[in-house]
Amino acid sequence: MARRAGALIAAGLAALTLVPVAVVMMQAGGRGVSAPDLAALRFTLVQAALSALASVACAVPLARALARRRFPGRAVLIVMLGAPFLLPVIVAVLGLLAVFGRAGVFNSALRGIGLPEVSIFGLGGVVLAHVFLNMPLATRMLLQGWQAIPAERVRLAESLGFGPRDHWCHIERPMLRAVLPGALLAIFAICLTSFAVVLVLGGGPSATTVELAIWQAIRFEFDLPRAASLAVLQVLACGMAVGVAGLFTSASGFGAGLDRAMDLPAPGGWRRGVDAAVIAMAVLFLAAPMLAVLQRGVPGLLSLPASIWSAALASLIVALLAAPMAVGAALALALGRAQGSRWLEPMAMLPMAGSQLVLGTGLFLIAFPFIAPPRIALPITVLVTAVMALPFAYRILAPQARSLQADYGRLAASLDLRGWAALRLLIIPRLRRPLGFALGLCAALAAGDLGVVALFATEDGVTLPLAISRLMGAYRMTQAAGAALVLVALAFGLFWICDRWGHGGTAD
Amino acid sequence: MKSLYFAAGFLTIAVPAMAETPVLDVLTYDSFVSEWGPGPAIKTAFEAECGCTLRFTPAGDGAALLARLQLEGAKTTADVVVGLDTNLTAAARKTGLFAPHGQTPDLSLPVPFADAEFLPYDWGWFAFVHNKTLEAPKDFKSLAASDLKIVIQDPRSSTPGLGLLMWLKDAYGDEAATIWKDLADNIVTVTPGWSEAYGMFLEGEADLVLSYTTSPAYHLIAEQDDSKTAAVFSEGNYLQVEVMGKLASSDQPELADRFLAFMLSDAAQSILPTTNWMYPAHTPAAGLPEGFETLVQPTRSLLLNADEAEALRAPALDEWRAALAR
Amino acid sequence: MVELRIEGLRITQDDFTLVADWALAAGGRVAVIGPSGAGKSTLLNAIAGFFPLTGGRILWDGTRIDTLPAGQRPLSILFQDQNLFPHLTVAQNLGIGLDPALRRVDWQAVDRVLDRVGLTGLGGRRPAQLSGGQQSRAALARALLRARPILLLDEPFAALGPALKSEMLDLVAELAGGALVLMVTHDPNDARHFASQTVLVADGRAEEPQETGDLFAHPPPALAAYLGATYPT
Repeated sequence: MARRAGALIAAGLAALTLVPVAVVMMQAGGRGVSAPDLAALRFTLVQAALSALASVACAVPLARALARRRFPGRAVLIVMLGAPFLLPVIVAVLGLLAVFGRAGVFNSALRGIGLPEVSIFGLGGVVLAHVFLNMPLATRMLLQGWQAIPAERVRLAESLGFGPRDHWCHIERPMLRAVLPGALLAIFAICLTSFAVVLVLGGGPSATTVELAIWQAIRFEFDLPRAASLAVLQVLACGMAVGVAGLFTSASGFGAGLDRAMDLPAPGGWRRGVDAAVIAMAVLFLAAPMLAVLQRGVPGLLSLPASIWSAALASLIVALLAAPMAVGAALALALGRAQGSRWLEPMAMLPMAGSQLVLGTGLFLIAFPFIAPPRIALPITVLVTAVMALPFAYRILAPQARSLQADYGRLAASLDLRGWAALRLLIIPRLRRPLGFALGLCAALAAGDLGVVALFATEDGVTLPLAISRLMGAYRMTQAAGAALVLVALAFGLFWICDRWGHGGTAD
Repeated sequence: MKSLYFAAGFLTIAVPAMAETPVLDVLTYDSFVSEWGPGPAIKTAFEAECGCTLRFTPAGDGAALLARLQLEGAKTTADVVVGLDTNLTAAARKTGLFAPHGQTPDLSLPVPFADAEFLPYDWGWFAFVHNKTLEAPKDFKSLAASDLKIVIQDPRSSTPGLGLLMWLKDAYGDEAATIWKDLADNIVTVTPGWSEAYGMFLEGEADLVLSYTTSPAYHLIAEQDDSKTAAVFSEGNYLQVEVMGKLASSDQPELADRFLAFMLSDAAQSILPTTNWMYPAHTPAAGLPEGFETLVQPTRSLLLNADEAEALRAPALDEWRAALAR
Repeated sequence: MVELRIEGLRITQDDFTLVADWALAAGGRVAVIGPSGAGKSTLLNAIAGFFPLTGGRILWDGTRIDTLPAGQRPLSILFQDQNLFPHLTVAQNLGIGLDPALRRVDWQAVDRVLDRVGLTGLGGRRPAQLSGGQQSRAALARALLRARPILLLDEPFAALGPALKSEMLDLVAELAGGALVLMVTHDPNDARHFASQTVLVADGRAEEPQETGDLFAHPPPALAAYLGATYPT
C-alpha cells in the first residue's frame, strides 16, 4: 500500500513542482542563461558544498558526544538544537551579527586583546551562518542514527572488549555511512536555494546565488523563461547531489534489537574532556546568537501591535494544516522507498531544490485566469509550505523507515499486517521518534515560512513572517524583533510539543 | 487534501460576499497597506467620500509590483497601481496597460515633472543616513576615500539599490565605474531590500546606510530620537519619485480617476509624510508635520527621466557587478 | 489427498539456482537438511512468499498459492529471529496473528495458547522481558493460534541450547496437530528425532522427500559429504 500511496504522492509532487516551472518556461520572451548566471551557479555550488561539509563536520563530534554522555540539561539541550533552524533567516542573521558582526561581541573581544577584527561578510560569513542554521539539524539527524544502534549490538561490542577505536570502526562508522550522506544532502540542498543569508552576508554581487539570479530575472527583467531555466539548473544540481549521496549511502545492516535500553559506552580519560569541550563550544556558538535574538526581542514585546496576535493565529493555522500533510506524504514516500521503489527518493527531494519564486510564479499563472489569487491564499500557503517542508520530513523518516522494513517487513507480511492496522500497530509506534521530530520541524517551518505567499497575499490575511517584514519595512525594528521572538516562540513551541510526543515523555 | 477543502471553505466565508457598492482594486506594495503604512487611513478617508469599497492587493515590495503587473497582463483586475518609481515607469509604460490620467496636478517636487500616464504621490531624496556624531562625507569621492563603512541595497532586488545606481550614473556618467571600484572597500554588504540594510545600520554594522533624507524624521517623530541625520552630497542627491497610474482595462475608470485625484488632495497628502516617511507630492495647506523642518535639504536634486533610466539600467548594472566583483 | 505440491519450482538469484519438483502430504513432519548456503532458507522463504519464483508453481490442496501475498497463504512461518514486535506485549504479538488490526481478537484463546506453551501469566510482558526460550515459545504460540495447515520453521530455535531446542521440538511435535511442518535444520539428530521425511537441499536442487531413516542409512554422495566423518553411522 505504501508503494502505491508513495507513487501517487510522488506523481502529485512532480506535478506540483514541475508544472509551474513548465508554465513559467512557456511564457514569451527571454534570453538564454548568461555568463553571470554561470558564475552564480558556481558560487552557489561552492558555498552549498562548503556549508554542508562544515555543518556535518561540526555535527559528527557533537552528536557523538551527546549520544554517549549523560549530564543534567542534556534533554533540554537536544530539544533546543531545533531552535536555530527555525529562526526566520533575517532574525538569525541579525543575531549572528550581534555576535560576529563589526559591532559584535566577538570583534569587541578581539579588539580588547589587540587582535585585528574579523569580517563576517563574504564566503566565510555565508558558511558560518549556514553552519549556525543547519549544524543543529545535522546533529539531530546524526543523533537519531546513534540512538538507533540496537542495544544488542552495543552489548556484543562490549563483550568483545571493543575499545573506543573499535567501536568507531565497527559500530559508528557503518552507522554514519547510512546516515551521513542523507544529512549532507539535506543541508546541501537547503543551502543551494539559500537566498537571504547569501545576499545579506555575501558582501557583494560576486556572492550571487542561482536563486537570486531567478529573483532578478523575474522581478527586474521579467524574463520568465530564463528564470525557469535557472530553476531547472538548480534542480539538476540538486539531482546530481541526490545521485552522489545515493552512491555513498549504504544500509547500516545492524538488524533489529528488542528495544532494550542501553547506554552507549562512555569512555573516560581525555575523550571525556574532548566531548565536554565539544558540547561547551557548540552551546556557546549556538546560544550566543540566540541570546542576542532574545535580548533584541524582549524590549519589542512590550510595544507589539495587537495585529501580531491575529497574525500568529494565522501562522498557527497554516502550521497545523501543513505539517500533518507534509509528514503524512513523506511517510508514504519513505515507506514506499523502503519497500524498494528507489525512484521515490529523488521525487521526495525535488521540492527542496525547486525555486520557491518560480513555484509561486507558476502557481500564480495557473490560478490567475480562474480565480483571484488572494481568494485562495490560505490553501495555497498551506499546500506550498507542506510541499516545501516535505523533503525535510522525508530525510528524517527515510533511514528509519528502511530499518523498519528490513527488520520487520517480513514478519508483518507473514502476518498480513498492512494498511491502517500496520500504521497503527507497527509504523507509528516504531517510528514515533522520527515522526515527532519531523512533525515538529514541519510545523515550525510552516509557521515561519514566507515563501511564495507574496503573490497570493491579501490585505488582511497576514501571517507572522509577513507581519515582521511589514514592521521592518515601517522602520519598526524593535517591534519587528519582538514579533520575531513571538514567531520563534510559536515555532519552537510547536516543535517542542511534537518532539516530546515523539519521545513519548521519556527523558531522551 | 481534506484540510484544503476546509481551508477553502474557511476562506470563502471570511471573504464577504460581493456587495452592491462598486469596488476599486488598487495594486500596491506591501508596506503601503500595512497598518503602519498610509493604506488604512487612505482607505477610510476615500471610502467616506466615494460610496465605494477600496480594496488593496499587496504585491511584495516596490520592485515586485511591476513584475506582478506583467504576470497579470491585460487580464488584471486591478484598476489603479500605486507605488512604481521613475526608474521603472518606462518599463511599465511599455506594457501598454496604463491609460493617460488626464490630470494637471499642482506638484511641489524639487524638479519639474510631467508624465501622461503616471502621477507622483510622494517623493524623497536618497541619502546616506548616519548618526549625528559622525563627521559625514561631503560627496561620493570623499566617502570612497574614507574608511567609513556603508550598507547598500542590491539594485536587482530593491528600488533604493537601483536609485543609487542611477544616482552615480547621473552624477558621474562614465566615471561611475571608477567610483564604484573606489567604494568597494567601504561597502560592508549589499542587502536584498531596504529593511535589512536599515536594520543592520541600527545594529551598528555600518556607519552609513542608503536610505532617504526623510528617514531621520521617523526617529524624531515616532521615537523622539534626534540622533540621526542624513548626508547632503555636493554632486546632488538623487530623487525617488513614487508614482501611480490608472489601468486601461479598469472597469471603474471614473472611480479610478477620482482616486488619483484624491491621492493628491490635502486629505491624502497629509497622511503620507508620517506613514510612508516621504515628502508629499503636493504640500498640503497645513504644511508638513512638525519635525520635517529639521531635515537636511539637498541643494541639488538629480533625476534621470524615465527613458534615460531605462536605457542606462542594464549597462549600469553590468558596470556595478564588474566593479564590485572581488 | 490434501498436499503441498511444488511444481517445476525454480529460483535464481545472481549465480545461485535452486530447483524442486515434488509434493508433501498434509500433516507430515519434514526436515530440510543440507550444507550451508545450499538454499534451505531460500526454499522456505519462497514457499512463504518472501522470495520470488523464476519458474514453476506452488499449490496447496490443488489451489495455487504462490500468487497470493505472503500473509494470505495457508501457512505460518517462524524466522531465525525477529519473530516478535518488540514494542507490543506478548499477548498483542499473539493477537496480531488472529486479527492484524487487533480489533476482533479472542483474548481468552490467546491466554489458552499461552498456557499450552507454558507462558501462563506472561501475556502483559514485552519480548525484551522474556528469556530466549520464552520468546521462541511465544512465537510458536502465535503460529498455533493462527492454526494454518502449514508451519514453516526456518531454524527459529537455532540460538537455543541443545536441551531447550529439543524441548521446543517436542513442543512443536505435540502441538502442531494436523499441520504439515517443514523444518530447516543442519543437525541430523533433529531430523531423525522430529521428522518422518527429509528433503535434502544440495547442488542447486531440493531433492524429493525421502524417509528420514532410509536417507541417513544410505546417504547420497552430497549428504555424505555434508555429514562428513563426524557423523556416527
